[in-house]
Amino acid sequence: MSGNDLLFAVVPYVVLALAIIVTIVRFRQAQFTVSSLSSQLLESKKLYWGSISFHWGLSLVLVGHLLALLVPSGFELWNGAPLRLYLLEFTGVALGLWAAAGLIVLVIRRSTEPRVRRVTTPMDTVVMAIIGVQIFTGLWTAIAHRWGSFWGTEVMVPYVRSLLRFSPEPGFIDPLPFMVKVHVLAFFAFLAVFPFTRLVHIITLPLQYLTRPWQKVVSVRDEPPAEYVTRDKNARGVS
Amino acid sequence: MKVRAQMSMLFHMDKCIGCHTCSVACKNLWTDRDGAEYMWWNNVETRPGTGYPTGWEDQDHYKGGWKRDNKGRLKLTLHSKGGGVAKAFYNPSLPELEDYYDPFTFRYGDLFGAPQGKHQPTAIPVSKITGKPMEINTGPNWDDDLGGSDIFAANDLSMNGVDESVRAQMEEIERVVFNYLPRICNHCLNPACVAACPSGAIYKRGEDGVVLVNEDKCRGWRMCVSGCPYKKVYYNWDSGKSEKCILCFPRMETGQAPACAHSCVGRIRYMGVMLYDADQIEAVGSLPDDELLDAQLNMILDPNDPEVIAAARLAGIDDDWLDAARRSPVYRFVKEWGMAFPLHPEFRTEAMMFYVPPLSPVMSVIEDDLIKLDLPDERQDFELLEELEKARLPLEYLANLFTIGDVEPIKRVLRTMLAVRTFKRRQSVDGTLDDATLEMLADLDLTPFKAEQIYRLTTTPTMDDRFVFPPYHREMSLEELGDPIKAKGGMGFGYRRGPERGA
Ligand code: SF4
Ligand code: SF4
Repeated sequence: MSGNDLLFAVVPYVVLALAIIVTIVRFRQAQFTVSSLSSQLLESKKLYWGSISFHWGLSLVLVGHLLALLVPSGFELWNGAPLRLYLLEFTGVALGLWAAAGLIVLVIRRSTEPRVRRVTTPMDTVVMAIIGVQIFTGLWTAIAHRWGSFWGTEVMVPYVRSLLRFSPEPGFIDPLPFMVKVHVLAFFAFLAVFPFTRLVHIITLPLQYLTRPWQKVVSVRDEPPAEYVTRDKNARGVS
Repeated sequence: MKVRAQMSMLFHMDKCIGCHTCSVACKNLWTDRDGAEYMWWNNVETRPGTGYPTGWEDQDHYKGGWKRDNKGRLKLTLHSKGGGVAKAFYNPSLPELEDYYDPFTFRYGDLFGAPQGKHQPTAIPVSKITGKPMEINTGPNWDDDLGGSDIFAANDLSMNGVDESVRAQMEEIERVVFNYLPRICNHCLNPACVAACPSGAIYKRGEDGVVLVNEDKCRGWRMCVSGCPYKKVYYNWDSGKSEKCILCFPRMETGQAPACAHSCVGRIRYMGVMLYDADQIEAVGSLPDDELLDAQLNMILDPNDPEVIAAARLAGIDDDWLDAARRSPVYRFVKEWGMAFPLHPEFRTEAMMFYVPPLSPVMSVIEDDLIKLDLPDERQDFELLEELEKARLPLEYLANLFTIGDVEPIKRVLRTMLAVRTFKRRQSVDGTLDDATLEMLADLDLTPFKAEQIYRLTTTPTMDDRFVFPPYHREMSLEELGDPIKAKGGMGFGYRRGPERGA
């Protein structure tokens, strides 16, 4: 097995298994540790400029990636006219830059605000580094190896799908430029640290809020004691 | 009718001496930890003042509580549900640490370890967050007893509507007046903290109405902090979880009063069961301002009414609780005697902690004004009753706190308290009750018997009079079905691990 096979055919399964199993274990055994770990209380002005652009930029780029994976034919159709291809690519790069700007603000904030430093763990640094590499290589790919949304459907999508089919074909990755490979590897690193860091808060995005009732009342005894339910109507009010 | 039970506390403000014993008892028991130093689940504010966190009543700024939209529907002031999710990355209505204070301690070790020198060593203040030396600019109760009142008292929102001339008088040193407002979480019937929590981590306990944060489910979105109009949910910056007053439920479950109430030096706190109709929560919350207070008090049900008793049993409330509800001192003050109000009912969360407004300063102003000298002794007390407008603590101010600006209910309570005093004075000093006194009582819907009851529960209540707790019957709760051995050696409250901050 070549190094390439190991990295792109074995590692993805290892990190995915790690991500899923450890996340489940963490939720079951140490759910208290699952939190967004917000530090807004300690510093809010820089957070405003950093957090919003970082989170929205990344989320939208992620949605783009997922869409490409789910409906590559849609992308091919859309990219049929060059103008639309430029529009899509330009949007992608803009969002990436937005996220990058946010990340830079957040890194500065973490390293210069004494209160925020107090709540910064080594794992936070690891997370920021991985995401930094991820954004950097993503932007590099988008700019230096144009047009990703076009060739991606032919190379990346089949590769990821082969992984999901459990018949990995790392051959797709082989000929790709170095930075693209790093982009893929950084994602594996992201998955590997996911369950051990604050990244788990991603899957707790509270979408159930949209449908739940406003109020929540919980009783330790939800059933009324039987003797009251079967009580004879005439006995009402006797105490 | 859907009957539910609520453990309520009543604060007799007339008796609070502002000693902060309650706050310290609470802090020692619950919040003496990293990330919680700045939390005062119980705090005592000097009023007039801006309170804690500073300016918490300003909902234009903090967006707490509920509002009635122009179609008469009840809306969370903070956000729609979609907005709540969208603002997860940054919560624009969150108070900053500066609105509380930077928690500090002193480097006491320096006092002992400093090398020999010419000067006395000092213990310098250090931040409890960064551990670095800091300058203390503000702290808990920075405005205690009107300290810095040109900043704090002058910015008190409840002074709106108080006459300019009265305000000017309040600032004169010989007329200066203040009182204490002890505050805990109100364990509301329509809690905005619960509604604002995107994770669904906050809930109200069905059996006693205590509002709790499930620390396992909290993800630190901080919407509860903004949503609560009383700012009684705090974000623990260390654990990344929100925390709030738990009404000392572990103490109540074992028949003890909450730490704040138990330790209260002024014995101002009373606790008891209140039954209420949960079906009315939304309808009452959507009423216009002028109907809100009465409707809210009307949701509280009479525990002697046979229909209420039957409905309560159907709802699973057992007889011990109904019995406790009938003996509840809070019920007496709030419903039987109509002497207490919730704090800021216009926030529409249907707060269930009640306050008897303070009377004492009223007496002194009349005496200061020398009215006393102009009156024959036997007229004195009655004159006070008619002169409430001259009170040093303006009626409008109390009305802004408790009755949405309506001074009439406040007047009625203050008159009742004055009448009880007069009645007792006549009875114990003069030994007789003249017609004028009896007439005064009758005017206020009081009988000598009722006045005596009010007097007793106000002045000489025992522990058992003040705190009437029903048995909690934990033996019947679901969690008792679990294996107790599992929790052996644990932290209690269901944790199997220490509450460590996540990575
Ligand atoms: S006072 Fe307590 S129950 Fe009411 S909204 Fe605030 S935190 Fe929630
Ligand atoms: S312990 Fe009682 S008297 Fe003292 S400040 Fe607290 S509520 Fe007031």
